[in-house]
Amino acid sequence: MRTLAELDAVFDAPPPTADSLAAAENLLRASEEIIEHWVTARGEVPTEDQREGFRLLALHRQGAKDEPSFNACRETCREVVYHYNLVTMEPEHSDITDRLYMMGLVSKHLYLFISGKLQVAGLGEFCCSSKPIRSAGESQQP
Amino acid sequence: MTTKDKYKKVAYYPGCALEGSGHSYNRSTKAVGKALGLDLVEVKNWNCCGAMEVKNIDPKIQTYLSSRVMSTAANEMDMDVVMAPCNGCYHNLKKAEYDLANDKESAEVVDRLSQKAGHKTYESGQVETIHALDWIKESIGEDGLAERVKNSLSGIKIANYYGCMYTRPRHIFPEKDQGPGSESTSKPHFMDDLLAAAGAENVDFPLKTACCGGAHTLSDSDTSTKLVLNILKAAKLSGADVIATECPTCHSGLEMHQIRAEKTLGETVDIKILYFTQLLGMALGLKAKKVGVHENISDSIKFLKERGLG
Repeated sequence: MRTLAELDAVFDAPPPTADSLAAAENLLRASEEIIEHWVTARGEVPTEDQREGFRLLALHRQGAKDEPSFNACRETCREVVYHYNLVTMEPEHSDITDRLYMMGLVSKHLYLFISGKLQVAGLGEFCCSSKPIRSAGESQQP
Repeated sequence: MTTKDKYKKVAYYPGCALEGSGHSYNRSTKAVGKALGLDLVEVKNWNCCGAMEVKNIDPKIQTYLSSRVMSTAANEMDMDVVMAPCNGCYHNLKKAEYDLANDKESAEVVDRLSQKAGHKTYESGQVETIHALDWIKESIGEDGLAERVKNSLSGIKIANYYGCMYTRPRHIFPEKDQGPGSESTSKPHFMDDLLAAAGAENVDFPLKTACCGGAHTLSDSDTSTKLVLNILKAAKLSGADVIATECPTCHSGLEMHQIRAEKTLGETVDIKILYFTQLLGMALGLKAKKVGVHENISDSIKFLKERGLG
């Protein structure tokens, strides 16, 4: 699992359109790793399962268990998957650069949502509905 | 009485934001209501819904505060429907309704505080809370709106941004996801439907329910700016000229962080940000000033004039 800083760099870099399939795979994998960070911070082992054919969706489900506020990024995960399909089903499409760029923006939104205070400040008060996580996080602090 | 008739006269709960940073939303909501012949009766002596601040400290106090608004509408004004245009207020009233119906302890706290405050305790189900989108969609509908359009929004490409609180959490919105005609929690479309009826072209926008960072815009401004910048870029890449909003927190966040992104990150995204009620108002023939475009932080006047609006 790459560090958050390494993942940030993935999203900030322009997607390499020469190999659109590899670029989409990389963004999807990076999105999975963002949620792996979240799941790991909660003291769990990231699932290897898939949901609707995607590990990202299974990871989101795992991350949202007992934590409704995490659903605030459910649609973002689904949009990552949608854009992955859009790119991989038509890798030679004339709009491939824009499609990859959009997938990068959506993935970056997932990164911005989950990272920041949630990760750095011990599951801090990033989200308006995050108090239950905050409380749990505080009780788990040494 | 049909839903269409029921929504023609509603108790109006503007909430705190619409008296301050979201004043143009207040102005445009009232103006659109008047233009459509809908009756808004402001909730008497309304109070804060508990917003995010109270909810994070004591959720039951938030439930009480929201219940008082509903109690006033039901017991002192004899109203059946409360319309809240702010996503935060709408969300909190719906949450209070859910908690009162499903959590005995919340109901006991609300009863105790209501007695102490000297007003009737709100009983779950006394009123129906709706959003401004439900209000126009159900009382007028797309066909009714299309008939009343004087200045079509034709040629304007819009990214509809709903924010996070309009659809989440799903369980407090039992009327959503009920098949054709109902609102969707995963792909909301009521704003898209109304603006399309007014002639606008809606673009496919992947971040329509993504977080704008509104809740921590003061405590962690940099993250908010990055989130907003991402939303602005995605809307622009989707081909939009305008982001339509229906939440005062999202709206002011988008506007302010658009400027902040320019100043702190050196990134400029040229996209206009307008409340859906402002767009609908101008489509109905109202002047830009009448719907408060001059009160927005971002300047859309020239853009609108070029398109024969306002």
